[in-house]
Amino acid sequence: MSADAEAFAPHTPQELAQQLDDNDYLADEGVATACFLALRMGRPLFLEGDAGVGKTELAKALAHVLGGSLIRLQCHEGIDATQALYDWDYPRQLLHLRAAQAAGVNEVAELESGLYTRRFLLERPLLRALGTETPPAAPPVLLIDEIDRADDEFEAFLLEFLADFQISIPEFGTVRAATPPVVVLTSNRTREVHDALKRRCLYHWMPHPDFAREVAIIRRRRPEVTDQLARDVARASQRLREPQHVDAELLRPPGVAESIDWAQALDALGVRGLDPEDTAAIDAATRSLGALVKQREDHETVRGRLRALLNGASAETDTTATRQGRL
Amino acid sequence: MTAFATTNSANWATATLVGFARTVRSSGVAVDQRRIQAFLEAVAALDLTVGPAVYWAGRLTLCGTQADLARYDACFAYYFSDTAPVRPDHGAEVTLTRPAVWPDAVAADAAGPPRDPDEQGGAASGVEVLRTADIARLDAPERAEVARLLGLVRVRRRRRPTRRRSIARRGQLDPARTLRAVARGGGEPIRLLWRNQGHRPRRVVLLVDVSGSMSPYAEALLRLGHALMRGHPRHTEVFSLGTRLTRITHQLAIREGSRALAAAGTAIPDWRGGTRLGAELKEFLDLYGQRGMARGAVVVIASDGWERGGAELLGAQMARLSRLAHEVVWANPHRAQPGYVPATAGMRAALPHVDRFVSGHSLAALEELAQVVIGGTPVAPVPAGPRMVEE
Repeated sequence: MSADAEAFAPHTPQELAQQLDDNDYLADEGVATACFLALRMGRPLFLEGDAGVGKTELAKALAHVLGGSLIRLQCHEGIDATQALYDWDYPRQLLHLRAAQAAGVNEVAELESGLYTRRFLLERPLLRALGTETPPAAPPVLLIDEIDRADDEFEAFLLEFLADFQISIPEFGTVRAATPPVVVLTSNRTREVHDALKRRCLYHWMPHPDFAREVAIIRRRRPEVTDQLARDVARASQRLREPQHVDAELLRPPGVAESIDWAQALDALGVRGLDPEDTAAIDAATRSLGALVKQREDHETVRGRLRALLNGASAETDTTATRQGRL
Repeated sequence: MTAFATTNSANWATATLVGFARTVRSSGVAVDQRRIQAFLEAVAALDLTVGPAVYWAGRLTLCGTQADLARYDACFAYYFSDTAPVRPDHGAEVTLTRPAVWPDAVAADAAGPPRDPDEQGGAASGVEVLRTADIARLDAPERAEVARLLGLVRVRRRRRPTRRRSIARRGQLDPARTLRAVARGGGEPIRLLWRNQGHRPRRVVLLVDVSGSMSPYAEALLRLGHALMRGHPRHTEVFSLGTRLTRITHQLAIREGSRALAAAGTAIPDWRGGTRLGAELKEFLDLYGQRGMARGAVVVIASDGWERGGAELLGAQMARLSRLAHEVVWANPHRAQPGYVPATAGMRAALPHVDRFVSGHSLAALEELAQVVIGGTPVAPVPAGPRMVEE
């Protein structure tokens, strides 16, 4: 099934992790294995995890590794075939009809066959991912983002598409993929996605990164941030994800995306490290807290505990090791 | 090594892997043949000498939800490392915080054990409780009334606009249909066709308190839940609240009423136990509500608001809920009693965030709730028996 994709695939998960690393995505063992198997087995990759753990970024990095394009379909409620698959260019078709009439064509069959041709077809993401216009050199990565936001009719329809990567257009014929795309689906679990769809995919739950990895990610994404600041920010974020550290549970604990933002914000304010004794740094941290937590209640909680949160470098043992799911 | 030996060892490896997949299945993860096939494929694709490849191959192919992961980990540890089997985690054990205070047999007795000390003043009369306790014991016209109400919620539901467009007489131009009509007519004359915003049933989430003090009413409320499920199965969610949150949507989806109720009864582990309303509500919001289930929905909480300890948590969670939901409805059975004042700490904390406060009083409860759910015109009054007039 994936003979084409295989040609581009790396030979081991470690090799793929290295290639992702070259594209500034620091993948852990689970992510690397998941991507590797998705490429090797030609199956869609179904990613779940808290907001901001890097699901979308992974798809982007994967597209870079494969050298193909990234085609993104953002799902929303009420998404239908005309937004996901294809649409006809109606204004142009109407003009075409008028022109044909002016030229004296009145044969219905002739009019119709002239209407439904490639030049009136507007490609939407799923059709574009089949790459029929120009067969791509590398498989494209099709990112179906936040599938849980689409309604279940759309899911059923997607099932059909993922089964054999072809789309039948009644007026036009069946379009088949020259190179099957690498499919990445993401979900924030606002709704339970139907099991029939999940069964066709490799399921990967993405946890928050552990301390060391988070520091590395911040450093990689924002090289201008000092090592000390990256460590301080990562430590604060790690602690905010552990209710017992804050002795209050946040409504929305920060993801890696927020950590990166906060580190950048602090750097822009001239902070080089978050020493709880340094009043200027604490002041800057308080002012830029909006980059880290995005709920009013959370904001208050964190502001009251900021010093305690930044205190002591002793807790650098990664508390997330247990959450990684490894034994 | 001979070819025979190779085949044999390959068979042995396959048997080991399939055995592992079956172990995972027996722990409650939905593993089917297709997943097992994928698992074997994945193992074959990985280099087994590097890292814990089997772990990841299995986790990626056999699991389907986050909840599966803990079970999977336990099975993996058990199967591949000879440790004692680990019981799958069903959530922390919760001790009952309050014993059943209102058992069926005593329910008719007005001098039964005192209920919630805050609410002693407004105890329901024995006759009333009996009526509420058992819908099967209602007389014929009342039963007909219940059937009518349940039928109503089954057919009708409040609606909300959706982004999906549908064919309409007026609204926006529908170019696809217009053009097809034009082509069909050979180009002339153009008749414009329209489409407009569609509507879908609004989701209803019913949270039924099944603790001791609510037990006379719980069955009637679950019946309502069943009727809601039967009518709009994809737009209804039912949970039970007690010492722990239980999702009983699947159980109530069974067609036949008595079987559905029996299934729900079996699924609810804390029937007639205590309540931890605030903690339960928080769990609901964390696991389901905030992720989307409560968004834009009509959330009905049927409870007497009995909350042990502080009510701050309940207040905070109710505030959260009211920001998510389209409408928050609280049904409290005691509201039907004459001279009722919301005296429990829980009720006082919750009320500021409640859009509609209805009584939860058997027929009256069903009627008022039905009205909330289907919206529109008020339902005709119940022919006999005492009932609330307000709301």
